[in-house]
Amino acid sequence: MSTHSPERSWTVRVREAGVGALPPEKLLPDSQPTYVASWIYVFGVASLASLAVIIGSGMILTLKGPAWWHYTGVGHFFNSVHLWAVELFFFVMVVHLWGKYWMAAWRGGRTRVWVTGAVTFLIAVPCALTGYVSQQNFDAQWISTQAKDAMNSVGIGAFFNLTNFGQMYSFHVLLLPLAVVALVVAHVLLVRRHGVVPPFELDGRALAVVPAPDGAPDAPVPTGAQS
Amino acid sequence: MDPTGTGVMGAVFNLNHPAHVVHWHFISLSVSNVVVMALMLIVFAVAITVPFPGALRRRGGAS
Repeated sequence: MSTHSPERSWTVRVREAGVGALPPEKLLPDSQPTYVASWIYVFGVASLASLAVIIGSGMILTLKGPAWWHYTGVGHFFNSVHLWAVELFFFVMVVHLWGKYWMAAWRGGRTRVWVTGAVTFLIAVPCALTGYVSQQNFDAQWISTQAKDAMNSVGIGAFFNLTNFGQMYSFHVLLLPLAVVALVVAHVLLVRRHGVVPPFELDGRALAVVPAPDGAPDAPVPTGAQS
Repeated sequence: MDPTGTGVMGAVFNLNHPAHVVHWHFISLSVSNVVVMALMLIVFAVAITVPFPGALRRRGGAS
Protein backbone atom coordinates (compact mmCIF):
# COMPACT_ATOMS: atom_id res chain seq x y z
CA MET A 1 0.00 0.00 0.00
CA SER A 2 1.35 3.41 -0.96
CA THR A 3 2.22 5.86 1.79
CA HIS A 4 2.27 8.89 -0.54
CA SER A 5 -0.61 11.32 -0.14
CA PRO A 6 -2.50 11.98 -3.38
CA GLU A 7 -1.73 15.70 -3.18
CA ARG A 8 2.02 15.05 -3.54
CA SER A 9 1.73 12.80 -6.55
CA TRP A 10 3.34 14.26 -9.69
CA THR A 11 0.40 13.12 -11.79
CA VAL A 12 -1.97 15.16 -9.61
CA ARG A 13 0.27 18.23 -9.84
CA VAL A 14 0.61 17.90 -13.63
CA ARG A 15 -3.15 17.46 -14.01
CA GLU A 16 -3.94 20.46 -11.83
CA ALA A 17 -1.40 22.61 -13.64
CA GLY A 18 -2.80 21.51 -17.02
CA VAL A 19 -6.43 22.12 -16.11
CA GLY A 20 -5.50 25.42 -14.46
CA ALA A 21 -3.67 26.64 -17.56
CA LEU A 22 -6.20 25.31 -20.04
CA PRO A 23 -9.62 24.45 -18.57
CA PRO A 24 -11.88 22.30 -20.80
CA GLU A 25 -14.13 25.23 -21.78
CA LYS A 26 -11.05 27.06 -23.11
CA LEU A 27 -9.52 23.98 -24.75
CA LEU A 28 -12.74 23.15 -26.64
CA PRO A 29 -14.85 26.34 -26.59
CA ASP A 30 -18.50 26.49 -27.63
CA SER A 31 -18.02 29.58 -29.79
CA GLN A 32 -15.51 32.17 -30.96
CA PRO A 33 -15.74 35.98 -30.69
CA THR A 34 -17.75 37.69 -33.45
CA TYR A 35 -14.65 39.36 -34.90
CA VAL A 36 -13.36 35.90 -35.91
CA ALA A 37 -16.05 35.90 -38.65
CA SER A 38 -13.57 37.25 -41.24
CA TRP A 39 -11.77 35.57 -44.12
CA ILE A 40 -8.36 36.55 -42.73
CA TYR A 41 -8.98 34.28 -39.72
CA VAL A 42 -9.51 31.28 -42.03
CA PHE A 43 -5.87 30.86 -43.04
CA GLY A 44 -4.69 29.45 -39.70
CA VAL A 45 -7.05 26.50 -39.90
CA ALA A 46 -6.31 26.19 -43.63
CA SER A 47 -2.65 25.73 -42.67
CA LEU A 48 -3.67 23.00 -40.22
CA ALA A 49 -5.78 21.25 -42.86
CA SER A 50 -2.98 21.25 -45.43
CA LEU A 51 -0.52 20.04 -42.78
CA ALA A 52 -2.84 17.09 -42.07
CA VAL A 53 -2.85 16.21 -45.80
CA ILE A 54 0.96 16.53 -45.90
CA ILE A 55 1.39 14.17 -42.93
CA GLY A 56 -1.15 11.66 -44.28
CA SER A 57 0.24 11.53 -47.83
CA GLY A 58 3.80 11.54 -46.47
CA MET A 59 3.09 8.49 -44.32
CA ILE A 60 1.77 6.61 -47.36
CA LEU A 61 4.85 7.60 -49.41
CA THR A 62 7.12 6.47 -46.56
CA LEU A 63 5.40 3.10 -46.40
CA LYS A 64 5.60 2.44 -50.15
CA GLY A 65 9.04 3.83 -51.07
CA PRO A 66 10.69 5.60 -54.05
CA ALA A 67 10.08 2.89 -56.66
CA TRP A 68 6.33 3.12 -55.98
CA TRP A 69 6.10 6.90 -56.12
CA HIS A 70 8.24 7.06 -59.31
CA TYR A 71 6.91 4.13 -61.35
CA THR A 72 3.22 3.63 -60.59
CA GLY A 73 0.20 5.77 -61.37
CA VAL A 74 -1.12 5.67 -57.77
CA GLY A 75 2.38 6.48 -56.53
CA HIS A 76 2.48 9.52 -58.83
CA PHE A 77 -0.89 10.58 -57.48
CA PHE A 78 0.20 10.49 -53.83
CA ASN A 79 3.52 12.11 -54.74
CA SER A 80 1.56 14.96 -56.34
CA VAL A 81 -0.85 15.21 -53.40
CA HIS A 82 2.14 15.51 -51.07
CA LEU A 83 3.81 18.18 -53.23
CA TRP A 84 0.70 20.30 -53.77
CA ALA A 85 -0.31 20.05 -50.11
CA VAL A 86 3.12 21.49 -49.26
CA GLU A 87 2.64 24.29 -51.82
CA LEU A 88 -0.79 25.03 -50.32
CA PHE A 89 0.61 24.85 -46.77
CA PHE A 90 3.22 27.51 -47.49
CA PHE A 91 0.74 29.62 -49.47
CA VAL A 92 -1.87 29.79 -46.70
CA MET A 93 0.75 29.94 -43.94
CA VAL A 94 2.33 33.03 -45.54
CA VAL A 95 -1.08 34.76 -45.86
CA HIS A 96 -1.78 33.76 -42.20
CA LEU A 97 1.61 35.23 -41.24
CA TRP A 98 0.91 38.50 -43.09
CA GLY A 99 -2.50 38.81 -41.47
CA LYS A 100 -1.15 38.22 -37.97
CA TYR A 101 1.82 40.54 -38.55
CA TRP A 102 -0.38 43.46 -39.62
CA MET A 103 -2.78 42.95 -36.71
CA ALA A 104 0.22 42.66 -34.30
CA ALA A 105 -0.91 39.29 -33.03
CA TRP A 106 1.62 39.36 -30.20
CA ARG A 107 -0.58 41.88 -28.32
CA GLY A 108 -2.26 41.00 -25.04
CA GLY A 109 0.35 38.58 -23.73
CA ARG A 110 0.42 36.54 -26.93
CA THR A 111 4.19 36.69 -27.44
CA ARG A 112 4.56 32.91 -27.24
CA VAL A 113 1.74 32.44 -29.75
CA TRP A 114 3.59 34.64 -32.24
CA VAL A 115 7.00 33.08 -31.54
CA THR A 116 5.80 29.47 -31.92
CA GLY A 117 4.09 30.39 -35.21
CA ALA A 118 7.15 32.18 -36.58
CA VAL A 119 9.51 29.36 -35.56
CA THR A 120 7.15 26.82 -37.16
CA PHE A 121 7.50 28.71 -40.44
CA LEU A 122 11.30 28.73 -40.12
CA ILE A 123 11.44 24.97 -39.35
CA ALA A 124 9.01 24.18 -42.19
CA VAL A 125 11.45 25.61 -44.75
CA PRO A 126 14.25 23.01 -44.17
CA CYS A 127 11.49 20.40 -43.78
CA ALA A 128 10.43 21.13 -47.37
CA LEU A 129 14.03 21.41 -48.61
CA THR A 130 14.92 17.96 -47.25
CA GLY A 131 11.84 16.65 -49.04
CA TYR A 132 12.93 18.07 -52.38
CA VAL A 133 16.36 16.41 -52.02
CA SER A 134 14.77 13.09 -50.97
CA GLN A 135 12.87 12.58 -54.22
CA GLN A 136 15.47 10.17 -55.65
CA ASN A 137 15.62 11.75 -59.10
CA PHE A 138 17.68 14.25 -61.13
CA ASP A 139 15.69 17.13 -59.66
CA ALA A 140 16.81 16.08 -56.16
CA GLN A 141 20.44 15.79 -57.33
CA TRP A 142 20.33 19.25 -58.88
CA ILE A 143 18.80 20.87 -55.79
CA SER A 144 21.15 19.12 -53.36
CA THR A 145 24.32 20.05 -55.27
CA GLN A 146 23.15 23.67 -55.57
CA ALA A 147 21.94 24.00 -51.96
CA LYS A 148 25.03 22.41 -50.39
CA ASP A 149 26.99 25.55 -51.27
CA ALA A 150 24.60 27.61 -49.16
CA MET A 151 25.07 25.23 -46.24
CA ASN A 152 28.86 25.26 -46.63
CA SER A 153 28.91 29.06 -46.78
CA VAL A 154 27.40 29.25 -43.29
CA GLY A 155 29.56 26.46 -41.90
CA ILE A 156 26.99 23.72 -41.33
CA GLY A 157 27.67 21.59 -44.41
CA ALA A 158 29.61 19.04 -42.36
CA PHE A 159 26.64 18.45 -40.07
CA PHE A 160 23.79 18.98 -42.54
CA ASN A 161 24.98 17.38 -45.79
CA LEU A 162 22.50 17.94 -48.63
CA THR A 163 24.15 15.21 -50.71
CA ASN A 164 23.73 12.58 -47.98
CA PHE A 165 20.41 10.97 -48.87
CA GLY A 166 20.12 8.93 -45.67
CA GLN A 167 20.63 11.98 -43.48
CA MET A 168 18.24 14.14 -45.51
CA TYR A 169 15.56 11.44 -45.58
CA SER A 170 15.79 10.99 -41.78
CA PHE A 171 15.48 14.72 -41.28
CA HIS A 172 12.53 14.84 -43.68
CA VAL A 173 10.42 11.95 -42.42
CA LEU A 174 11.16 12.15 -38.69
CA LEU A 175 13.09 14.97 -37.05
CA LEU A 176 11.76 18.05 -38.82
CA PRO A 177 8.10 16.89 -39.09
CA LEU A 178 8.25 16.05 -35.37
CA ALA A 179 9.45 19.58 -34.65
CA VAL A 180 6.81 21.15 -36.90
CA VAL A 181 3.94 19.11 -35.41
CA ALA A 182 5.13 19.74 -31.82
CA LEU A 183 5.35 23.49 -32.48
CA VAL A 184 1.94 23.54 -34.18
CA VAL A 185 0.37 21.71 -31.21
CA ALA A 186 1.96 24.22 -28.82
CA HIS A 187 0.82 27.09 -31.07
CA VAL A 188 -2.81 25.91 -31.14
CA LEU A 189 -2.88 25.27 -27.37
CA LEU A 190 -1.49 28.76 -26.75
CA VAL A 191 -4.15 30.25 -29.06
CA ARG A 192 -6.79 28.37 -27.03
CA ARG A 193 -5.32 29.67 -23.79
CA HIS A 194 -4.98 33.33 -24.78
CA GLY A 195 -7.83 33.53 -27.30
CA VAL A 196 -7.73 34.76 -30.90
CA VAL A 197 -6.18 38.22 -31.11
CA PRO A 198 -8.87 40.94 -31.49
CA PRO A 199 -8.79 43.60 -34.21
CA PHE A 200 -7.23 46.96 -33.30
CA GLU A 201 -10.54 48.81 -32.95
CA LEU A 202 -11.76 46.35 -30.28
CA ASP A 203 -8.43 46.55 -28.49
CA GLY A 204 -8.81 50.37 -28.55
CA ARG A 205 -12.24 50.09 -26.98
CA ALA A 206 -10.66 48.39 -23.98
CA LEU A 207 -8.85 51.65 -23.24
CA ALA A 208 -11.71 53.97 -24.19
CA VAL A 209 -12.34 56.52 -21.47
CA VAL A 210 -15.91 57.51 -20.62
CA PRO A 211 -16.85 60.38 -18.29
CA ALA A 212 -17.98 59.28 -14.86
CA PRO A 213 -21.55 60.44 -14.09
CA ASP A 214 -20.96 61.63 -10.54
CA GLY A 215 -17.90 63.74 -11.17
CA ALA A 216 -15.52 60.96 -10.17
CA PRO A 217 -12.29 60.50 -12.19
CA ASP A 218 -12.83 59.03 -15.66
CA ALA A 219 -12.18 55.30 -15.88
CA PRO A 220 -11.27 52.91 -18.72
CA VAL A 221 -14.03 50.61 -19.92
CA PRO A 222 -13.08 46.94 -20.24
CA THR A 223 -13.39 45.19 -23.61
CA GLY A 224 -16.90 43.87 -24.21
CA ALA A 225 -18.62 46.38 -21.94
CA GLN A 226 -19.52 48.56 -24.93
CA SER A 227 -20.70 45.88 -27.33
CA MET B 1 0.45 0.91 -72.22
CA ASP B 2 2.34 3.59 -70.33
CA PRO B 3 3.03 2.16 -66.81
CA THR B 4 3.98 5.55 -65.38
CA GLY B 5 0.77 7.25 -66.41
CA THR B 6 2.68 10.28 -67.72
CA GLY B 7 1.08 9.92 -71.15
CA VAL B 8 -2.38 10.28 -69.66
CA MET B 9 -1.57 13.02 -67.17
CA GLY B 10 0.64 15.32 -69.22
CA ALA B 11 1.25 18.89 -68.06
CA VAL B 12 -1.30 21.52 -69.07
CA PHE B 13 1.56 23.82 -70.06
CA ASN B 14 4.59 22.78 -72.10
CA LEU B 15 7.31 22.35 -69.48
CA ASN B 16 9.96 20.96 -71.84
CA HIS B 17 12.13 24.07 -71.78
CA PRO B 18 14.26 26.04 -69.28
CA ALA B 19 12.23 28.11 -66.80
CA HIS B 20 11.31 31.68 -67.70
CA VAL B 21 13.02 34.10 -65.35
CA VAL B 22 12.29 37.71 -64.38
CA HIS B 23 15.49 39.79 -64.01
CA TRP B 24 15.55 43.15 -62.27
CA HIS B 25 19.00 44.37 -61.21
CA PHE B 26 20.31 41.67 -58.85
CA ILE B 27 16.84 40.14 -58.38
CA SER B 28 16.22 36.97 -60.35
CA LEU B 29 12.88 35.20 -59.92
CA SER B 30 11.26 32.41 -61.90
CA VAL B 31 7.93 33.39 -63.47
CA SER B 32 6.17 30.62 -61.54
CA ASN B 33 7.41 32.07 -58.22
CA VAL B 34 6.33 35.57 -59.27
CA VAL B 35 2.86 34.21 -60.10
CA VAL B 36 2.59 32.51 -56.68
CA MET B 37 3.67 35.71 -54.88
CA ALA B 38 1.16 37.77 -56.84
CA LEU B 39 -1.58 35.25 -56.01
CA MET B 40 -0.71 35.44 -52.30
CA LEU B 41 -1.01 39.24 -52.38
CA ILE B 42 -4.34 39.04 -54.22
CA VAL B 43 -5.72 36.43 -51.78
CA PHE B 44 -4.55 38.55 -48.82
CA ALA B 45 -6.26 41.65 -50.22
CA VAL B 46 -9.47 39.71 -50.88
CA ALA B 47 -9.39 38.17 -47.38
CA ILE B 48 -9.30 41.55 -45.63
CA THR B 49 -11.86 43.25 -47.88
CA VAL B 50 -14.54 40.67 -48.76
CA PRO B 51 -17.10 40.22 -45.95
CA PHE B 52 -17.40 36.79 -44.38
CA PRO B 53 -20.82 35.12 -44.92
CA GLY B 54 -23.07 35.89 -41.96
CA ALA B 55 -20.53 38.20 -40.29
CA LEU B 56 -22.86 41.24 -40.20
CA ARG B 57 -25.71 39.15 -38.79
CA ARG B 58 -23.45 37.75 -36.04
CA ARG B 59 -22.13 41.17 -35.09
CA GLY B 60 -25.62 42.64 -35.13
CA GLY B 61 -26.87 39.88 -32.88
CA ALA B 62 -24.00 40.31 -30.45
CA SER B 63 -24.51 44.01 -29.83
